[in-house]
Amino acid sequence: MIKYVIKRILIGCLTLFILATITFFGVHAMPGDPFSQDNRILTPEAYAALEAKYGLDKPIEEQFVIYLSNALKGDFGEAISKPGQQVSDIIMHRFPVTAKLGIVAFAIAVGVGLALGIISALTKHRWVNSLITALATAGVSIPGFLFAMFMMIIFCVKLGVLPVMGLSTPKHYILPAIALALSSISMITRLTRSSLKDVMNKDYITLARSKGTKELMVIIKHGLKNALLPVITYCGPMFAGLITGSMVIETLFSIPGIGAEFTMSITNRDYTLVMGLTLFFGILVIIMNLVSDIVAAMVDPRIKLGK
Amino acid sequence: MSEKELVLNEEVVSEELTDDMFELLDDSEKNSEFIAIESKTFARDAWDRFKKNKLALAGLIFLVIMVLCAIFIPIFSPYTFEGQDMMNRHALPSLAHPFGTDKLGRDILVRVMYGARISLSIGFITAFINLVIGIIYGGVSGYVGGKLDMIMMRIIDVIYAVPSLLYVVLILMIFGNSIGSMILAICLTSWIQMARQVRTQVMSLKEMEFALAAKVIGASNWRILLKHLIVNALGPIIVCLTMMVPSAIFTESFLSFVGVGLDPTIPSWGKLANDCRAVIWTDPIEIIWPVAAICLTILSLNFVGDGIGEALENKR
Repeated sequence: MIKYVIKRILIGCLTLFILATITFFGVHAMPGDPFSQDNRILTPEAYAALEAKYGLDKPIEEQFVIYLSNALKGDFGEAISKPGQQVSDIIMHRFPVTAKLGIVAFAIAVGVGLALGIISALTKHRWVNSLITALATAGVSIPGFLFAMFMMIIFCVKLGVLPVMGLSTPKHYILPAIALALSSISMITRLTRSSLKDVMNKDYITLARSKGTKELMVIIKHGLKNALLPVITYCGPMFAGLITGSMVIETLFSIPGIGAEFTMSITNRDYTLVMGLTLFFGILVIIMNLVSDIVAAMVDPRIKLGK
Repeated sequence: MSEKELVLNEEVVSEELTDDMFELLDDSEKNSEFIAIESKTFARDAWDRFKKNKLALAGLIFLVIMVLCAIFIPIFSPYTFEGQDMMNRHALPSLAHPFGTDKLGRDILVRVMYGARISLSIGFITAFINLVIGIIYGGVSGYVGGKLDMIMMRIIDVIYAVPSLLYVVLILMIFGNSIGSMILAICLTSWIQMARQVRTQVMSLKEMEFALAAKVIGASNWRILLKHLIVNALGPIIVCLTMMVPSAIFTESFLSFVGVGLDPTIPSWGKLANDCRAVIWTDPIEIIWPVAAICLTILSLNFVGDGIGEALENKR
């Protein structure tokens, strides 16, 4: 177990190093530079001064080494498009917004997904089952951001019952969180349905029933507990999906989170901010994948990590 | 024949046989060796099963219509995708403009169909490139095995650990916003799925007798891999392939929608949906067309993928 975790962490570090290398040289190979945005025209002297300020006048290999050694100390530099603001401060400032939305979306995805999956696995009515299956297929196919726009038209433009922008009240969370959770809901529904259906046919379920256990207890204690494994393993990839989803959902609903910041930083050609955010996303996803694998192994002793 | 039947036969024979105990066979029963069902190839068999899946068939029909429209409507329409008509802005659907016009008076039908050309070609080209890379990478990794396999899989782990969108965005920034770099960017991240699928298949198939037989005859490794192993793994590979098309279309529309995808002058579906975003308060009907195009296409592709999967799996 510990050996496995160490191995995963080492692979994670290697991944981050490669990601940092690709991002660093990629960002610097981009056409355009951070200083000539907004159609500003700079004199050669001002340009040289700006380059010197951000260390861009040094050879690129040297910049890379400087950046890496600073990043290891937790210093991701100053955002070029926002003078005076540290990248780490921007992350600390913006991330809680995204995290709150992400947690709500996560809860919706798990709650609704499990409920729909359980209903569809246990129902005796065929039409309920086919309805849920159809919904799940549609949910996987319809991109969350387009779904969000449809919801916007219906609930904000036509009915005017829900707010369009920001995250100030609980009401504001409804649309973005549902849109963000859409594909995860469908995935969890599918996973729960197929694994629960499998489990409910096992001998130990029949045994539990024949011993006179209440049906609800059979489903929860014996059925769900064994059927949840695929859902737990899916939580890692789901987390990555929520992060990428936040880029578009936050832009769409004007939410000042980290995803919207990332798309902005790309448009602004902000070298340091793109670097910092990419690494931050990378670290988050690697950690979450590891956590979901470890949790899965803890829930199910049959899983041998590292095999 | 069992003993009991033999005894019965003897009893029958011992009786005297008369003509009225026999009757003439009907003509239709004479040719009992005749095979009424024509022999089918594997592909024909799979196609018959595919046809029974109504959703998959509907998806396929929708896709064919979509492809035909994407090819012919821009050719025969009197409008072009960038032709402006300032007198006729935000027109509602009419005979002249079946989908209406946008903020610059451009015909939305032609723009959506032009978008279909872009999105569908991005989807199919990336899927094809992924197929080639995936077969070579996954095939070599699974067939050779051992140390090489481990190294190749670690490389995949490293790439796979980060959301692919981050790489896609980077590559787009480096190589510009053309369709070519979009295809390159999507390919660089999505071949992994195919490689993994091919590897798993090859690893189990290479233990089969026919692979050993091919080796005994003296076939080269490449020949065994391509002509024997890959051909037998075609089912799962095709399913994986059909699922790649919608995910590529999704990635493209996603990025263009956020504004970091294709060049803004290219009317891809994501860009069209993004254009309509600004006018959802005043002309909400305009957004229906690109959104419906994206959703229905991705939905159809998923149905077709599921259908192919079921049709091929039945055989196994």
